[in-house]
Amino acid sequence: MSTTNNLIDLEGADHLSDSPTPRYFGREKSRTRSDKAFSGSVVVAALSSLFILVAILFYLATSSWPALQKEGFSFITGTTWIGGLDDPSLQVFQIWPMLYGSFLNALLAIIFAVPISVLLAIFMVFIAPKKIARALTIVVDVLAAIPSGIIGIWGFLVFTPVAEGWARLIHQYLGSIPIFVNNQDQFTRSPFITAWVLGIMIVPIITVVAREVLAQTPQDLLDAARGLGGSLWGTVRMVALPHARGGIVGGVMLGLGRALGETVAIYFVLNLIFERVNYYRILDPEGGSVASMIIAKFGEATPEEIQALLGAGLVLFILTLIVNLIANWIVARSARERLA
Amino acid sequence: MNETKTAAQEEEVMSIKNVRVPSSPQDVHPNQPGDASVHLETQNLHVWFGKRLILEKVNLAFPVNSVTALIGPSGCGKSTFIRVLNRMHEFIPGAALAGRVLYDGQDMYDAAVDPVNIRTKVGMVFQKPNPFPTMSIRDNVLSGLKLAQMKYENPEEIVRTCLERASLWNEVKDRLDASASSLSGGQQQRLCIARSLAVSPKVLLMDEPCSALDPGSTRRIEETIREISSDMTVVIVTHNMAQAQRVSDYTAFFLSEDGAPAQVVENAKTDEIFKKPKDSRTNDYVNGLFG
Ligand SMILES: Nc1ncnc2c1ncn2[C@@H]1O[C@H](COP(=O)(O)OP(=O)(O)O)[C@@H](O)[C@H]1O
Ligand SMILES: [Mg+2]
Repeated sequence: MSTTNNLIDLEGADHLSDSPTPRYFGREKSRTRSDKAFSGSVVVAALSSLFILVAILFYLATSSWPALQKEGFSFITGTTWIGGLDDPSLQVFQIWPMLYGSFLNALLAIIFAVPISVLLAIFMVFIAPKKIARALTIVVDVLAAIPSGIIGIWGFLVFTPVAEGWARLIHQYLGSIPIFVNNQDQFTRSPFITAWVLGIMIVPIITVVAREVLAQTPQDLLDAARGLGGSLWGTVRMVALPHARGGIVGGVMLGLGRALGETVAIYFVLNLIFERVNYYRILDPEGGSVASMIIAKFGEATPEEIQALLGAGLVLFILTLIVNLIANWIVARSARERLA
Repeated sequence: MNETKTAAQEEEVMSIKNVRVPSSPQDVHPNQPGDASVHLETQNLHVWFGKRLILEKVNLAFPVNSVTALIGPSGCGKSTFIRVLNRMHEFIPGAALAGRVLYDGQDMYDAAVDPVNIRTKVGMVFQKPNPFPTMSIRDNVLSGLKLAQMKYENPEEIVRTCLERASLWNEVKDRLDASASSLSGGQQQRLCIARSLAVSPKVLLMDEPCSALDPGSTRRIEETIREISSDMTVVIVTHNMAQAQRVSDYTAFFLSEDGAPAQVVENAKTDEIFKKPKDSRTNDYVNGLFG
């Protein structure tokens, strides 16, 4: 009976203009003391990391400002570096060869590392017996934890002689392809070798992420593919990899960030050439890296040069930040897609 | 349960088109080893997970182009059994079996047999609809052909006929490029059936294909089952007694008593199982007294 009344009331209310205002819900408030303490410390932690980030950016920007202002945009696009002079006005600081070199190294490293990482992850998730997969997980974790200085020394003493042989072979058989040209008969300290060393450093990162997302392929999709007569490889290619694609791309971006920022290891294995850009001859003993330049130059730098090096650091920092933001965005988007 | 059928359900039974007689000889009774009209059969099958024996002494035969319903309480091993029939059981670590599963007279667990090949001949539709969410509707239908690396011509024709047979065509013909995840659960399940049909299996295994679906989709899938069984052997697990009666020619009743390994208690023409079961436990189960 009352229901009927309600219905009539509602219909009667139709002509009244005061429609109800919706109330929206915020986050639930902390009520207990421990809850408040918890959310308080979380907020402090979050803010402090943001604060550190902003403080570093601010420090870099202000202390490099005179150099940046003097060079203008050619700080990034120019190819001249003249430091160590008594007359500051004669000094020129431009970082394009280093900046380009950083990208070239990182790109090559990604090209080398991605197939290895993805195949390794596929092996660990879908092929290897449990024990072997677990052993490999430990190996990959240890590899990720090796300090880059150690990898640099190893790259210099052990890896370079080996990779030099590969480079000579590639040059011998594919030397007519422009990227494999080398007229100097020196095959060490090249972007090629640097990229392999960087690749070894980022393989663990990409492998861990790829393994994680591949292992999350829903069992019912794998069942569907196997039930349709899919071979193992067909199932991985048509079901698991498309499912994991977003996550793997995110892992690659994380590796890219690492490769862009790497300093010491590159310093050990690459010939830094400051005033000429090696655009594509990856076997030549010429290359660049913003981060390595900073430690290479820092010791004997004039005050103005230090400003310029801090400016180079700022550029690198911003680039790495952008790469990381893109990585986060891609990983988050693929997680959303998986949920949807 | 069949006594409590409503008039509407009764009508639904009648409305199913081409209620069909098995194309095999009328009096073929399942469980007659060596019969040439038998497509698929198990002989003295035992199945384990690890050390635990799940099924024992299962002797069942599935005549060519017949529909067999597998019924029994949850957890008695129907899904396990059906996964044995297309060699999906072996994906589970520790899974084991003894006995034989003959497909066209050959033991499909023979070392010489390629399991991938078996799975294209003996297809599977799962309880939970599982279309590939990253693929379009069209690509889902064709996915089996690509997965099994089969050669095919005229993909549009394949897509159309398979979707028609799964009675999904009219609903999706204008959006074949849409993502499969944009479909409703019932439509997704029919897409999964279409996907299975595309590789032209000889046997289709269905594990409670309608248990998560609305009545409309359920009815369509039942129509599809009747239709495809004109040239395909169907084995369907179902908890719905009315459904078993509507779609199947034969029914096998699985039961595991007091945690013992499950066995086939009774196995006969569907009519006999429901109208005059020989075993009192069958009678109790089909009449809803337990399960
Ligand atoms: N992957 C597995 N590992 C171990 N035991 C399992 C597995 N899958 C199913 N079982 C067990 O096998 C028995 C039969 O399960 P299942 O075949 O799913 O039964 P049904 O389909 O008849 O409900 C159950 O007791 C279940 O616990
Ligand atoms: Mg089941």
